[in-house]
Amino acid sequence: MPITFSKDEIFKLLSEIPDPEIPVINIIELGILREVKFIDDECVVVITPTYTGCPAMKVIEDDIKIKLKEIGIEKVKVELVLTPAWTTDWISDEAKEKLRAYGIAPPDHSSVDKKVLLGKARDLKCPLCGSKRTEMISQFGSTACKALYRCLDCKEPFDYFKCL
Amino acid sequence: MTLQEAKFEYLLRLGDSSLIIGHRLSEWCGHGPILEEDIALINIALDFVGNATSLLEYAGKVEGKGRNEDDLAFMRGEREYRNLLITEQPNGDYANTIARQFLFDAHMFFLYEELKNSKDETIAAIAVKSHKEITYHLRHTSQWMLRLGDGTAESHTRLQNAVNELWMFTSELFDMDEVDAILIKEGIVPDLTKVKAAWEKQVNEVFAEATLTVPETKFKQKGSKEGKHSEHLGFLLAEMQYVHRSFPDAKW
Repeated sequence: MPITFSKDEIFKLLSEIPDPEIPVINIIELGILREVKFIDDECVVVITPTYTGCPAMKVIEDDIKIKLKEIGIEKVKVELVLTPAWTTDWISDEAKEKLRAYGIAPPDHSSVDKKVLLGKARDLKCPLCGSKRTEMISQFGSTACKALYRCLDCKEPFDYFKCL
Repeated sequence: MTLQEAKFEYLLRLGDSSLIIGHRLSEWCGHGPILEEDIALINIALDFVGNATSLLEYAGKVEGKGRNEDDLAFMRGEREYRNLLITEQPNGDYANTIARQFLFDAHMFFLYEELKNSKDETIAAIAVKSHKEITYHLRHTSQWMLRLGDGTAESHTRLQNAVNELWMFTSELFDMDEVDAILIKEGIVPDLTKVKAAWEKQVNEVFAEATLTVPETKFKQKGSKEGKHSEHLGFLLAEMQYVHRSFPDAKW
């Protein structure tokens, strides 16, 4: 059966899928969903991993299949591509704001971030109180894409979505 | 040896090294010296296993015999594994793990920097992706080299001993054979002479800052390219492959 939906409609539908580990942003805002193609009666959805070993990819693949099945598209292929390599620069400003509100310090532009991680800049803002007096506890946080920080003013620990 | 055979062999070498060191790191899960380090090592392990998945999946395609990444990871024996000997060495204490990881990370950092320019599109794509992650790994292990090396007398002694023990496995990182020659000619992989120079410079700098002495031992261990491994790999594979081999057709 030919697909009667437009690509925009599919994108809109898939924008309802949250990232499994950061449920406040969806897979489009995060830059994981790259492309939707129709090949005959098959819907091909192209996604890219944030990190090569990201365990969320399998969950996202299943979520996509379930979502499309809901509107009657049964033949779905989810393709994983590595090029171009995912970068945090693809996260929209709106999504960065959502991350901050959720308690995760959003990534800076990758050029600024290098200095932050090398400890040469101290301009990482605490997402909870806004203080710039923060320090890194560990480069690796609760998931591969995050580092662990703490605020020296409000004393709360927080995650920082590190640049890639 | 054909180009296809050389490529398959090279992909196994890269993929197996990542898989085995990833597995070794995963053994720390729940045993890290502090919670942050436990999390860090497992994050790094995950990157390596992810990188191995991409490489072995591609190796299977290049081989063209219908083997996928799981078949290659779980259904090959010790003598068919091509990982570098350093990657299979036991975790030991934390100094052993950090020393092994630092020496390997530095190698991988410079090797993948070159592989980013590979004329093989898939290899280049994997290298671009992984290089970003390795940069974080190397930064992390370099910091621990400084902390342990230039730390207390006890931590210094342990790290220096670890480095001395592992040193004989480092020359193998830069060995080249027919496989390399074929692929270098096609612009698919780099000549390791360049990688070696960059590695030595990096290692010397970090060692100097960490007050460590570069071992003078000239004894070299090699054999991984022919599937000749140290006694440790068999035990690792037995644990890693047991479930898959017991239930080969099981689906999650």
